[in-house]
Amino acid sequence: MESFSLILAIVVVTALAFDFTNGFHDTANAMATTISTGALKPKVAVAMSAVLNLVGAFLSVEVANTISKGLVDETGIRPEVIFAALVGAILWNLLTWLVGLPSSSSHALMGGLIGAAVASAGIGAVNGDVLVTKVLLPAIAAPIVAGLAALLATRMTYSLGRKADGRAAAKGYRAGQIASAGLVSLAHGTNDAQKTMGIITLALIAGGSLAPDSDPPVWVILSAGLAIALGTYLGGWRIIRTMGRGLTDLQPQQGFAAQTSAATVILASSHLGFSLSTTHSVSGAVMGAGLGRKGGVVRWSTATRMFVAWGLTLPAAALVAALAEWVCRAGDWGTALVAVFLVASSFAIWRISRREVVDHTNVVDAEEPGPAEPAGVVTTAMAAVSPPPAGATEDLAATVAAPAATADPKTPSATTV
Amino acid sequence: MSIDWAALGSVFGVSLVVTVALVGLFTLGIVGLSRQERAVAQGGTATLAVAGAYACFAACTAAVAYGIYLIVA
Repeated sequence: MESFSLILAIVVVTALAFDFTNGFHDTANAMATTISTGALKPKVAVAMSAVLNLVGAFLSVEVANTISKGLVDETGIRPEVIFAALVGAILWNLLTWLVGLPSSSSHALMGGLIGAAVASAGIGAVNGDVLVTKVLLPAIAAPIVAGLAALLATRMTYSLGRKADGRAAAKGYRAGQIASAGLVSLAHGTNDAQKTMGIITLALIAGGSLAPDSDPPVWVILSAGLAIALGTYLGGWRIIRTMGRGLTDLQPQQGFAAQTSAATVILASSHLGFSLSTTHSVSGAVMGAGLGRKGGVVRWSTATRMFVAWGLTLPAAALVAALAEWVCRAGDWGTALVAVFLVASSFAIWRISRREVVDHTNVVDAEEPGPAEPAGVVTTAMAAVSPPPAGATEDLAATVAAPAATADPKTPSATTV
Repeated sequence: MSIDWAALGSVFGVSLVVTVALVGLFTLGIVGLSRQERAVAQGGTATLAVAGAYACFAACTAAVAYGIYLIVA
């Protein structure tokens, strides 16, 4: 470890904090379906996901290198810009976690970088084409691809598996879900832990304590892997609940089809050169699986809120990051102010979250709207386009801040946001 | 603006085919095993069904192994 300036140390710590939020934000991607269908106990599921994330972090440094080498001009970037970007990304991650909506951590990070770069170097720093091809289009394509695949796969498994029942079937679907969830976890570790490694390495290069074009040092790999694993283990239960129960009601067959579709889409996209977000793929797959079962209904109100969050991710993170960068430019006290603001608002969000605790004990048995009645194709189609019944809307409010069984007695029926 | 439609299209196609094939295979494996379960319950066996089931699961395992290979490589 070379000598560190204070700002560099702050950037490294902030990057690890982002990694941590990334971990608990994205646990849902791998484990929401597994948990909600009961294939794994919640704690076991997040532990498995955490270990696989950690393993994934050590598997390669390819993604880290694409970030730290060449994507951004290392000479022009200051540690403060990276810091501001991370502030935007972390706050957006925490906010979406608070309301229990899955959104892409990568988009938050990208938004943060864009916002900070614009504030630092002007609007010319943003490449509009790249924005459309790397952000906008994938965000639309991912849920459609994964959703359609999951829909067809669900139809398939229900029609083929009509004669499958008993313990063999239950065990089989359970094993299948665990395997595909494991793949998603591993892929997440290699991708997202490495993003942080890339960011830290970039900051170290920008701060002059690493030579340009270096690989991430071992301590960076280790700490990034640990941060994302710890975050994963703590589990973003709010998001898990939305993804596993809020969007639709999943049976084991659907969970299996959804998770397999998501794993396939993630792997196929990252190896065929059209990268799709994990979060978008999994959400799409879950909805597709919901529609694939006869009588299955997607709660479009929750889905719509999720889509809105996706659309806001980049601009919101960018805005916060731009403000942070602007304040940072006022000098050291500005940076300190931003750091204090980050800590204070993170703490505030955590405090608000304690009003209604969602954890491994109540992630699957929160109050549910009545079970979807068996419906014909027409009814399903109508349910898909018509506004949700009152019951579903109430469930929607429940994912925001309605009191659960364990709610703090001091704050009855808190309605935040 | 250069959108890589070819890459997007291939992601679409590959994902669709692979997902449906994998889920289909796996379901067939499960069907085979539960047929065996029923046969055993009636005092018989269903050797062919079990063999087919394991062949299906082997293919799925191979796919998962390939997935891990893609992640690591």
